[in-house]
Amino acid sequence: MKANLILGLVGSVTTLVVLFEMMRRHRLREKYAVFWGVIAVATLVIAAFPVLLYEAASLVGVAVPANLLFFVASMLLLVVSVQHSHELGRLEERSRTLAEEVALLRLDLESRSASDQGS
Amino acid sequence: MPPRSDDERRILAVLPAWNEEQSVAATIRELKQACPDVDVLVVDDGSADRTAEEASAAGAPVCRLPFNLGVGGAMRAGFRYALNHDYDVVVQVDADGQHDPSYIPTLVKALDHADVVIGARFAGEGSYAARGARRWAMLLLAFVLSRLAHTRLTDVTSGFRAADRRAIRVFATHYPAEYLGDTVESLVIALRVGLTVTQEPVSMRVRAGGQASQSPVRAAAYLARAMVALGLALVRKWPTALETPPKEEQ
Repeated sequence: MKANLILGLVGSVTTLVVLFEMMRRHRLREKYAVFWGVIAVATLVIAAFPVLLYEAASLVGVAVPANLLFFVASMLLLVVSVQHSHELGRLEERSRTLAEEVALLRLDLESRSASDQGS
Repeated sequence: MPPRSDDERRILAVLPAWNEEQSVAATIRELKQACPDVDVLVVDDGSADRTAEEASAAGAPVCRLPFNLGVGGAMRAGFRYALNHDYDVVVQVDADGQHDPSYIPTLVKALDHADVVIGARFAGEGSYAARGARRWAMLLLAFVLSRLAHTRLTDVTSGFRAADRRAIRVFATHYPAEYLGDTVESLVIALRVGLTVTQEPVSMRVRAGGQASQSPVRAAAYLARAMVALGLALVRKWPTALETPPKEEQ
């Protein structure tokens, strides 16, 4: 029982500290930090009051409470990585559009300066 | 829709070029000789070699992409250029010299009764053969796209094609950058917005850089990717990715 509490505490407090430090150094934007912050706090709560996990497990009919925890955790990770893939695709599309625009603008600029010199 | 008569049509040949310093200048010169009325735009797709310098020296304006986007990205830049500069026709020509520019008038002429014309390699003229899984992939793609287009298309992966004003407007916004997107999916897009697609037989030369991949594994991978690209293109909901369509300057 003690080990659960200590592990949960260490894990979530470390996460919170790292999040805070990364935000302080402008390495992490708030909108992403909020998600991980909520996760860390939820871990902290469950570590402090494991009875919440037991209650939830019996409520949904999972025999081993830890399995519920693992299931929820892996689903959360899945959702986050799909969300990141989506975000990445959007950024790629934007950078593609920007690259094309930059190329066209540079060509436009070159042809203008060439015609200015010509006249 | 085109306000100009046939002879006054402004034609832009777009040459997507990626590391083609060996052939790009010769291709431009040949194109200018064969079709003096056609303007040329080279889109340098993030080449590491002297492609852009060679093309400039040969007298073509060069649009230099800051990094490699693939043929789809290069062509969309070309279509946007055509839209901004009020061209009536865009002809896509490979910079490696495998497309014979003397066929450009044929393709442009065929735009009288279609919006997109493909220069097809298997349609009688010239000799071009693919084998194995690559051939099945091409046959499958050709079959499905022929059904969609209500006309017989034999070579949908050809990169030698012409597009009219309506198609330019569509392609300036939606021209996929994924593998096979620039050929297969772009045709599906054209058909799904109601453009008409036909083909004209052309002969191709042997590529300077040797034959396309022929190993069985790569051919099978090609088949799989072709089917995925086609399947996705057919069910895809779009207009999608582009957040700001380019403005039309009329």
